[in-house]
Amino acid sequence: MQNITRKHFIRLVPALAVALLAACSSTPDNSSDLASVDATGTSGVPKLSAAAMAKLRDPNSPLSKRSVYFNYDQYDVKSEYNSQLQAHAKFIASEPNARVLVQGNTDDRGSREYNLALGQRRADAVKKQLVLMGAPESQIESVSLGKEKPKALGDNESAWAENRRADMLYNGEY
Amino acid sequence: MNMRTLLTRTTRGLLAALSMVALISSPAFAQLNVEVVGAGMQRIPVAVPNFGGDDGLGKEIAAVVRNDLASTGLFNIINTDPLVAEENSSVDFAAWRSRGADALATATATRPGGQIEVRVRVADIVKRGSLGNTTVTVPGNQMRLAGHKVADFIYQKLTGQPGYFSSRIAYVLKQGNGPAAQYQLIVADADGQNPVPVFKYNQPIISPAWSPDGTKLAYVSFEKSKPVIFEQTLKTGARRAVASFRGSNSAPAWSPDGSRLVVALSREGGTQLYSIALATGQATRITNTSGIDTEPSFSPDGQWIYFTSDRGGSPQIYKMPAGGGSAQRVSFDGNYNVTARPSPDGRTLAFITRRDGGFRVATLDLATRQVTVLTDSQRDESPTFSPNGQMILYATILGGRGVLAAVSADGQIRQKLSAVNGDAREPAWGPNR
Repeated sequence: MQNITRKHFIRLVPALAVALLAACSSTPDNSSDLASVDATGTSGVPKLSAAAMAKLRDPNSPLSKRSVYFNYDQYDVKSEYNSQLQAHAKFIASEPNARVLVQGNTDDRGSREYNLALGQRRADAVKKQLVLMGAPESQIESVSLGKEKPKALGDNESAWAENRRADMLYNGEY
Repeated sequence: MNMRTLLTRTTRGLLAALSMVALISSPAFAQLNVEVVGAGMQRIPVAVPNFGGDDGLGKEIAAVVRNDLASTGLFNIINTDPLVAEENSSVDFAAWRSRGADALATATATRPGGQIEVRVRVADIVKRGSLGNTTVTVPGNQMRLAGHKVADFIYQKLTGQPGYFSSRIAYVLKQGNGPAAQYQLIVADADGQNPVPVFKYNQPIISPAWSPDGTKLAYVSFEKSKPVIFEQTLKTGARRAVASFRGSNSAPAWSPDGSRLVVALSREGGTQLYSIALATGQATRITNTSGIDTEPSFSPDGQWIYFTSDRGGSPQIYKMPAGGGSAQRVSFDGNYNVTARPSPDGRTLAFITRRDGGFRVATLDLATRQVTVLTDSQRDESPTFSPNGQMILYATILGGRGVLAAVSADGQIRQKLSAVNGDAREPAWGPNR
């Protein structure tokens, strides 16, 4: 380790000197006391069998329906989603490796953090419904994207309605 | 200083000016440009001639100082270009008075041992006396910081309040939409210059918060398909997840001693406040309601936490003891009052209120309960006080784009900081350096 560190240090010195020289001759400061970094890594989720994935993607199955829409300022799951959520609850209970991420969303009016909490309320409502219908709680995580990832852009009622939504994502989809 | 000295220095100043033209006129790296769109009733006329010593350096630093002072809307900068005036030159009060100056700053900038040193003196031209002098020393590659520190000194001598020019701001720049969106967490000088992306990713970043010592940022990143709170050391780029519990993790607020983060977590269902000891990572729940509790912010003395809660039916601002306990409602006017941020002296809250369908920056005087709405825009968010409490920086939408704007706490002065490319949002004002 020591050798590697020293080698890297030696290699870095000329680069630093160039950077410092460049800084002396330009108007903006060389903000060498700030480092830039990128994100790394993804979530570790178990794999679902190919047969299970096929069920989720069958367009004729209610399992292919992943979204639940809410009315303005409402956080209760409407009864029209009962058959869709029942199909998911049954599937989750039958597939111990299934992991579901329920992401709640809001329209883009108001505080980001308060909207995050409102989106959480929608995701929690979908999760609660799935658990009441027999899905194991441990396989479902409810989270919020608030107003950060709008599906529809625009300052109008149809865009806002599209964004008052919770989506269900399975293994490998998040 | 007499006029003859001024004139002989002029030639040297001109030569230096010519050699600098290329640099000054280059577009630089600025992504935010400050535009004063409203100003105080009476501006103090101030002269800041180019600094002596190393003339090229002195001219650059003086330009930074003039920009800083002008951006406040409190000063009228008298055009002195291309005059050069050394810090220790004798002041010709009558000559400066005839040029309309109430105050004069003279300075000498040098580069001893790889550093930048600026000796500066402020003179009261009306009363014919010195207001004080100081020496600013910064690393050799921090020319603009030298200017900001000199401007802080002049501001304090002329207004009696500490300056805020040597502070930094953090904000999020979003470029592109949908799957192509890119997000950068940017740290810049308080005037928007020197922007450095300290973190970038193709997922949203929100709620940056400065550690009290200015060495770290806590923020919420969506890189794991959900909100997770990270803490990043600015100097090294080292980052770690400080709250990555099941569910959503958001709204970090530093305790004034830097030892704790109060955050909003949904790990037990709903959105509730927790206090995390940074040394151990231990999270303690400090609110217990069936509603939403979020957007915490400490009072400067560390005794109280202000936060947003809908426990009364609509989102309102409450306060509670920092360690937990019963909460009192603080905001009463209207049915949407959120994002409370206490002023550095603890006497005022800046917050967002919904009035006539628009989300606006307002202040609440905690002693008198007087509410003052400071803006008339539609989509204001995320107010944050300057370190001296004089200005409130916030995000708003202008012409369909996200921009940062600032308003003085008394509502008199307005600034707009527009990003060259993309939407600027989520500002957080850090401490002075």
